[in-house]
Amino acid sequence: MILLISAQQPESQSPINKRFGRTEWLMKYDSETAQWQSLANPGSQRSGGAGVAAAQFVIDQKADVVISGAFGPNAAGAFRAANITMSLFSKEVKTVQQAAEYFLQDKLEIFE
Amino acid sequence: MRIAVASGKGGTGKTTVATSLALSLANEQNIRFLDCDVEAPNAHLFLNPSFTKRQDAAILIPEIDAEQCTLCGKCVEVCQFHALAKVGKSILTFAQLCHGCGSCTWNCPVNAIQEIPNPIGKLESGLTPESIQFSRGVLTISEPMSTPIIRQLKRWEQPQPEQLTILDSPPGASCAVVETLRGADFALLVTEPTPFGLHDLNQIIGIVQEFNIPAGVVVNRDGIGNDVINAFHDKHNIPVLLRIPFSLEIAAGLSAGTSLIEIKPDLRQEFLHMFTQITRIVKTTEEGEK
Repeated sequence: MILLISAQQPESQSPINKRFGRTEWLMKYDSETAQWQSLANPGSQRSGGAGVAAAQFVIDQKADVVISGAFGPNAAGAFRAANITMSLFSKEVKTVQQAAEYFLQDKLEIFE
Repeated sequence: MRIAVASGKGGTGKTTVATSLALSLANEQNIRFLDCDVEAPNAHLFLNPSFTKRQDAAILIPEIDAEQCTLCGKCVEVCQFHALAKVGKSILTFAQLCHGCGSCTWNCPVNAIQEIPNPIGKLESGLTPESIQFSRGVLTISEPMSTPIIRQLKRWEQPQPEQLTILDSPPGASCAVVETLRGADFALLVTEPTPFGLHDLNQIIGIVQEFNIPAGVVVNRDGIGNDVINAFHDKHNIPVLLRIPFSLEIAAGLSAGTSLIEIKPDLRQEFLHMFTQITRIVKTTEEGEK
């Protein structure tokens, strides 16, 4: 399963970034191989349409799951159409790695 | 001649100044007044037009024919506003992000895109009791993009020869303000003598200078705040053309829908004097360009 998680820094121990569209980094985790990859969010500096730009990027990464603090209506619409599961950080989650672990243990809320 | 009234900071008195200028000149000039503050138009409260003409304002957004579309993704790639996304076996359109530029249609290799009008507001016009040709744009609530309406409002009714156009700008220093100022012969910048007023005045000066539009400043609520505007004048050499005093009487009158020059009839002469100065500056600038 491929997870993309919004992050402040390009590393698995990075603090989470609660913003989705304008997050600086997206950390990609492949649960089969346990490999991390850091990806710069191409839409982070856009004046408008950042949510859709980031969503398109996540979709193109063939993600199954995206985890962030919130999703706007445009990004959420794109993820629904692409059948990508949206999940939200819980209070306990501080780092990107924790977010992945918590999600895989079914401890994170699913954003409908 | 086209005079745009702008401010940067909101609530400094753009509409107060724009409507008072129009009313002061109504007897001697043929005036066209455009309320470009389409998110919250309010100049009609002081000019009392009877709207007799209405038109929908729309932008053209893409509609994709799924049968024709080959999912090449060219439209998504060329859209600068991320109003399109390629998701699985379809292209999604986000109408509220679309600026109606037509790039997707132009670049589609199989002509699968048709442009359909997406209404975002309306245009209205009519005469005021002083025969001012008044028109305004009104953006539908929840629609995010005001610039296309302003552009359409400016083109809707062509000015008559020798007509003076007064444009009441939205607040801020965003695309909507840039669109209002575009093509103006003079920018009348209304500010208040506070650090906030000065900060935003500096932002709007940047736009005006980029466009090479001559400008003058109106200081409203003169007497509050501090001396920041004088320092500004010394730095930029932009003339202060009018000072409107801070007064409870003016505030109470405006709140009741009375125009400034009805509350303070003495100010009419000062508005006329300001217009003479503006005319002179515009003329000098035009001659300088020649």
